[in-house]
Amino acid sequence: MDWLNWHNVSLVLDNPATKWVLLAFGLVMPLASILTWMERRQSAMMQDRLGPNRANIGPIKLKGILHFIADAVKMIFKEDFIPGSVHRGLFALAPVLALAPVLIAFAIIPFGPTVYPHELGNVLHSVPLAGEAPNLTDSIRLQIFQVDFGLIFYFAVLTLANYGGTIAGWASYNKWALLGGLRSSSQMMSYEVSMGLALMGTFLVAGSLEPGYITAHGWNSHYSPANPLNWLWLPQLPGLLLFFVAAVAETKRAPFDIPEGEPEIIGYFVEYSGIRWGMFFLAEFIEIVFISSVITVVFFGGYQVPFLDEDGFRFAGTLAALPHWAVVAMQIGAFGAKVFLLCWFQLLVRWTLPRFRADQLMSLGWKLLLPASLAWIMITALGKLILMSAGG
Amino acid sequence: MLYTRLALQLQAFTPAGLAIALALGFCGLFTLLAVAVGPKSVNPEKLKPFECGSEPIGSPRGRYSVKFYQVAILFLVFDIEAAFMYPWALLFTKLSTTPAAGPGLPTGVGIFGFVEMLLFVIVLVVALTYVWRKKAIGWE
Repeated sequence: MDWLNWHNVSLVLDNPATKWVLLAFGLVMPLASILTWMERRQSAMMQDRLGPNRANIGPIKLKGILHFIADAVKMIFKEDFIPGSVHRGLFALAPVLALAPVLIAFAIIPFGPTVYPHELGNVLHSVPLAGEAPNLTDSIRLQIFQVDFGLIFYFAVLTLANYGGTIAGWASYNKWALLGGLRSSSQMMSYEVSMGLALMGTFLVAGSLEPGYITAHGWNSHYSPANPLNWLWLPQLPGLLLFFVAAVAETKRAPFDIPEGEPEIIGYFVEYSGIRWGMFFLAEFIEIVFISSVITVVFFGGYQVPFLDEDGFRFAGTLAALPHWAVVAMQIGAFGAKVFLLCWFQLLVRWTLPRFRADQLMSLGWKLLLPASLAWIMITALGKLILMSAGG
Repeated sequence: MLYTRLALQLQAFTPAGLAIALALGFCGLFTLLAVAVGPKSVNPEKLKPFECGSEPIGSPRGRYSVKFYQVAILFLVFDIEAAFMYPWALLFTKLSTTPAAGPGLPTGVGIFGFVEMLLFVIVLVVALTYVWRKKAIGWE
């Protein structure tokens, strides 16, 4: 077992493909799948019903949480029916275009701190006071794609998901599907402008587009642990609200579910069945997870745990030292917990608010969100200017 | 020399390439599953476009409202305007710093960057007001 050492293990773990598989199948897919069940249970709770609670494998029931497995198996074994007059190539392409971009965009999300495999058992002092210096080689960065234009990559890639709905509507050769596809593309285009502009304030404050760098904002110096008051949600609260509204509209969920409105006004995937329909459905839920991840990373300090520094908890001058593995585990857990809470919040929003009319939707996007985001950018810039002149 | 630099630049995109390949592979797997698994039964009634059982009237490739087209044009205009703001946002600190009056003196704070973007935004707002008054946005 000579080859099995930390160097080789970290080479495998630091590979972007490994990280993608870990992120997609360790966090994103399970969370998105459980959300499909959670949403039904949540709506049942809010409407005083029971909701799905029967799925089980033998005696294992867990209040019906296994419904998502039943759903997946059913969708795979359903008939993959393709109507006679559709454009077959585009019909097959559309669900791929809806699902793939979200999975690609996750590449920019930093879902944990940098891991130093040689120091896992030790307390990672940021400045070695005595003894030998920490061995920081073979580090594993828990982010797949680190690049200066990080969040632009997200905007660029997620725009492609727009084509999924539009092409599905066109390829289906069905009037309702076409109208649904058109509604979908016009809605997504209307809110994409405000979505990009709503984050501009955070770019101004943090001075970067790189999600990892924005996460570290307010945590720049060692011996000053993460403080929730330093995270961007506080100075950028209007930006957070604007981004959240625009992002929920991008996921095409209630109160913005005019493109789909499944039972009533018929959406772009009316001609889809089986797992192809399941791909649209999965894409929607993964988008919820993705939007929550972006909000977590940009506004809520990403993987940071309040008062946790690299070497343990620091509070009011005292330090409760923790080994590196515990810090890493807590930070990854914190990222998951924040994302989960934001997903849950989106479920609550969906079952609380009624659907907008098409004209209200357009007015909200262009006449309220767009001017408000522009105004907020200029207010942020002015604020930064005042802070700069006050500071020096 | 040029090729080395190009190769290095491309190397930075390897993670993105891998993520794209894996995501497409995953979706491809789903599509394969759809084709391979599951029963098949076809009859002429089923092959018709789904319109609640009534005979479809007219072609689904017919005309649709020009409003959708207008939204697309507006999106292009405003999204490109937004693209100009990213570099400004990143360089804002630099644009607002005036050089020091002499060696050893502190640098000052200027309003150059702010005023430039203010003018840009005013032009944008004028455009937005125009399309608003022309009723190109909204759905009246």
